[in-house]
Amino acid sequence: MSFSILGTGMYVPPKVVTNDDISKLVDTNDEWIVQRVGVKQRHISTNETAADMGTKAALAALENSGVKKEEIDLILAASVSGESISPSVSCMIQNKLGLSCMTMDINAACSAFVFLLETAAGFFARKKVKKVLVIGTERLSRIVDWEDRGTCVIFGDGAGAVVLGEGDNYLDAVFHVQGGDNVIDIPQFIGKSPFFELEQKKPYIHMRGQDTFKFAVNAICKESKYLLKQNNLTFDDIKYVVPHQANQRIIDFASVMLKVPKEKFYVNIDRFGNTSSASIPIALDELNRQGKLEKGDLLLLPAFGGGLASAACIVRW
Amino acid sequence: MVFEKIANLLAEKLECEASEIKMETKFSDLGIDSLDVMEMLMSLEEELDTEIEMGDNKVETVEDLVKMIESKQN
Repeated sequence: MSFSILGTGMYVPPKVVTNDDISKLVDTNDEWIVQRVGVKQRHISTNETAADMGTKAALAALENSGVKKEEIDLILAASVSGESISPSVSCMIQNKLGLSCMTMDINAACSAFVFLLETAAGFFARKKVKKVLVIGTERLSRIVDWEDRGTCVIFGDGAGAVVLGEGDNYLDAVFHVQGGDNVIDIPQFIGKSPFFELEQKKPYIHMRGQDTFKFAVNAICKESKYLLKQNNLTFDDIKYVVPHQANQRIIDFASVMLKVPKEKFYVNIDRFGNTSSASIPIALDELNRQGKLEKGDLLLLPAFGGGLASAACIVRW
Repeated sequence: MVFEKIANLLAEKLECEASEIKMETKFSDLGIDSLDVMEMLMSLEEELDTEIEMGDNKVETVEDLVKMIESKQN
């Protein structure tokens, strides 16, 4: 036994920041950002934490699923932009929901949502849980260097959530991790230790654009092809590929390399930017609420990011 | 051989004649950005069935890319 997705939810903060708004902060323009990244606007939190947004997405998912919050046995969350190292974001969401179930966070950056699903599948297989809340929530605006035009145009804030129940609709998943901080790095804040002798890196998102691009395209292609082959499936069997929304160019070139039509890839980065662990559950919620999914549809979810970690899974709607 | 392949890839992307691409042509003059260069590199990797690490190499002209790929092949 694994699980079935019973409901989805999302939340983005009300403030919309356009490319024109960003061009007043750094030397950039709408044409460059759209051509280079594919983002036209992003939602930015002014006064809500990652846990606040995750709670709202969770409540939306609970309502969509018809599951009462008291039925939740486990909350799994991911965020690289929570306000505190401890308590974890999942603890804070639990607190805001008024629950007392087990919670834990998983740190796998932008690919975390698939890691969360795999972890949930393990709890279901052991029959330890009946209902699980899975949340990706990010307030990336607090860890973006707003003076770096190469990165500040990419990211957005928001949260996505799913409610899982017992079922057999998590077909398979694949994971790869190649540890290292030279391509993507989000250093922790620097303390006041008088004994600190390491290089002091600024606590913002650092990315090497070309290397990230290559890693990401390869991750989508390799993980997807491997997973489909392992399950005797082809892209024709997949209703939608719902990739992590990192950069339009990554998704476009993956579609070229895989020879799969662009239309098969669900894309919303133009409206939300890259929301890291929240991007796949936000996309799932949009597909669900737009009525684009029918029972039995197969979805392929490839994710990739800091770590470097990559993953992909197939779920049956 | 590598130059011809790059010239053909560029010609296809830019919808121009491959003969218009010279070794000294700068990618920025063609409106080709760093991600386009990486796309070409990855296409060549697939075609040549090899892996080419970009590393810290600066690739500004067609010649830079040709030299980098040739050096990795040797």
